[in-house]
Amino acid sequence: MNAAAMSTASAKAQGGTILYVDGVSVTFDGFRALNNLSFYVEPGELRAIIGPNGAGKTTMMDIITGKTRPDSGDVLFQSEIDLTKLDEAEIANLGIGRKFQKPTVFESHTVFDNLLLACSGGRGVFQALFHRLGTAEKQRIEETLTTIMLTDSRDALAANLSHGQKQWLEIGMLLMQEPDLLLVDEPVAGMTDSETEQTSKLLRTIAKDRSVVVVEHDMEFVRDLDCKVTVLHEGSVLAEGRLDVVQKDPRVIEVYLGR
Amino acid sequence: MTDYRQKYQTTPVIGWLMKDRGGMILLAILGLAIILVPAGNLLVPKDSLFHVPTWALGLLGKYLCYALLALSVDLIWGFCGILSLGHGAFFALGGYAMGMHLMRQIGDRGVYGNPLLPDFMVFLNWSELPWYWYGFDMFPFAIVMAMFVPGLLAFVFGYLTFRSRVTGVYLSIITQAMTYALLLAFFRNDMGFGGNNGLTDFKDLLGFNLQTDGMRSSLFVASALALAVCYIVARGITRSRLGKVLIAIRDAESRVRFTGYRVEHYKLFVFTVSAVMAGIAGALYVPQVGIINPGEFAPAASIEVVIWVAVGGRGTLYGAVLGAFLVNYAKTYFTGVLPELWLFFLGGLFIAVTLLLPKGIIGAVPTFGSPDRQSVFVTWRKRLNDRRSRQGGSA
Repeated sequence: MNAAAMSTASAKAQGGTILYVDGVSVTFDGFRALNNLSFYVEPGELRAIIGPNGAGKTTMMDIITGKTRPDSGDVLFQSEIDLTKLDEAEIANLGIGRKFQKPTVFESHTVFDNLLLACSGGRGVFQALFHRLGTAEKQRIEETLTTIMLTDSRDALAANLSHGQKQWLEIGMLLMQEPDLLLVDEPVAGMTDSETEQTSKLLRTIAKDRSVVVVEHDMEFVRDLDCKVTVLHEGSVLAEGRLDVVQKDPRVIEVYLGR
Repeated sequence: MTDYRQKYQTTPVIGWLMKDRGGMILLAILGLAIILVPAGNLLVPKDSLFHVPTWALGLLGKYLCYALLALSVDLIWGFCGILSLGHGAFFALGGYAMGMHLMRQIGDRGVYGNPLLPDFMVFLNWSELPWYWYGFDMFPFAIVMAMFVPGLLAFVFGYLTFRSRVTGVYLSIITQAMTYALLLAFFRNDMGFGGNNGLTDFKDLLGFNLQTDGMRSSLFVASALALAVCYIVARGITRSRLGKVLIAIRDAESRVRFTGYRVEHYKLFVFTVSAVMAGIAGALYVPQVGIINPGEFAPAASIEVVIWVAVGGRGTLYGAVLGAFLVNYAKTYFTGVLPELWLFFLGGLFIAVTLLLPKGIIGAVPTFGSPDRQSVFVTWRKRLNDRRSRQGGSA
């Protein structure tokens, strides 16, 4: 915790990046999923990452969260923590939350318990064994329930939520971890229009206090997010900038329409 | 439903026990059995209708040990998704620890009359007691070992496998290999555990003859108490936040990891606790059946335990106890009446339960069990509706 706190301070002092991905390559059985990928996310930034299927978006998430090790390249969190050396739990505890493409919540638990399990705090076995629910924790869970619009479903089993609600619950679980960086993989896939709209509002609210990286296909949604966009293609960055600028880029048009 | 936790706020333990209907019934039955069964055996005259014959007492005691073994399997399989097909190994190790104590208790009353060496060692022309037999003449030491050795094996085994993220069917296969390796090892005479014949011809425990009705009643009571205590411990674990993490691991392991939990530590903890419980069961089993041999390590024996749990209903703890009693009663009955059909019956039972009662017998009773059990049924219906509506939407 101490090292993480210190590095936050130094990152701010240097005006550094929260996420620094530089020259990352990874190959699976001869298939080059990422090819010299570089991009940087500033503290407090909301960033959308788009790209056709197979562009390496999910692999990039896997590398940042420690699920996959890169063959080469650097991945730094808060300018100095090397994420390629850590495993998933360590990275999560540093303050990087990840939302999966498919909503992944604990289906046999209630919405409340889902948030409780995600609540930042002791992760040790014996801490968990003798844990008693405190008022402060309860308070935080209730606040998050309000943010993710699930207060009425607090005692419902997660399995019984609608698809969109599960996505929100998962985002809520990430919020409970109080991350500095949130990675969100295709949050609105399969959502209704009104759910999509609410989700973009939710993400913009969340991005006020932390950096958020959203991977998404849905152009309307990305436009709604109103942020800087990075276009990935075949494992590297094709273009970067505001959505309206990027959309006029002839290479982007070719990648999206040329197939 | 009344929220007992609010009602009994000062005593959370009683609170969560009261909320657990199946568990309360189990504990009540065990409490009654502790009083009535020994009384029926010792106090009621032999010609009375209510007399409990000694063979029945022994049989029930044996079932209690099986039930404890099933409970230990349910704790890891039902709540954490670790399907151990080698839990018989921990049971057998606990049994061997107790068997070694009972062997040392024989003293010079063996066939060869050697005051220090058990008969099989004399037979093998061994001149001194192997170092690992030291201390087993002391009852407390043997009891500690009956828990420590299975626990240590589970800890080392679990450390290596969970750290390498061996899960699912691969883990099951490795547990089978583990128990099979132990089976082969214990078959060897040089191991110093009696080889093929194992340990038997026990005389007494704590100075009391094992064959007396009083001793058999005491062992029955000890088994019932062990089952009750282990049930409460298991229930406490599964009700805690740790238990919630375990269920979360069962349902979405990688999500738990990305939430910042060390999944392998949690698995290691519950696997070790479970192995200790299995060891206790084995230690109580051996004096009641009077023998422990490498057959207990047989891979098939461990698979049978999983069937008990599946039949009773996994993920409930009391379901495992029910399953152990029912299947073992059926086994006692069938192997008496139609011995050659028993294995077919067991196989058929497993298939029938898997196909027709995926939640076991307990899961088939919708009004029974804790609220979260019922909601599984609701969940299933909801999912079916979801799928239907999605298919309707895409068409």
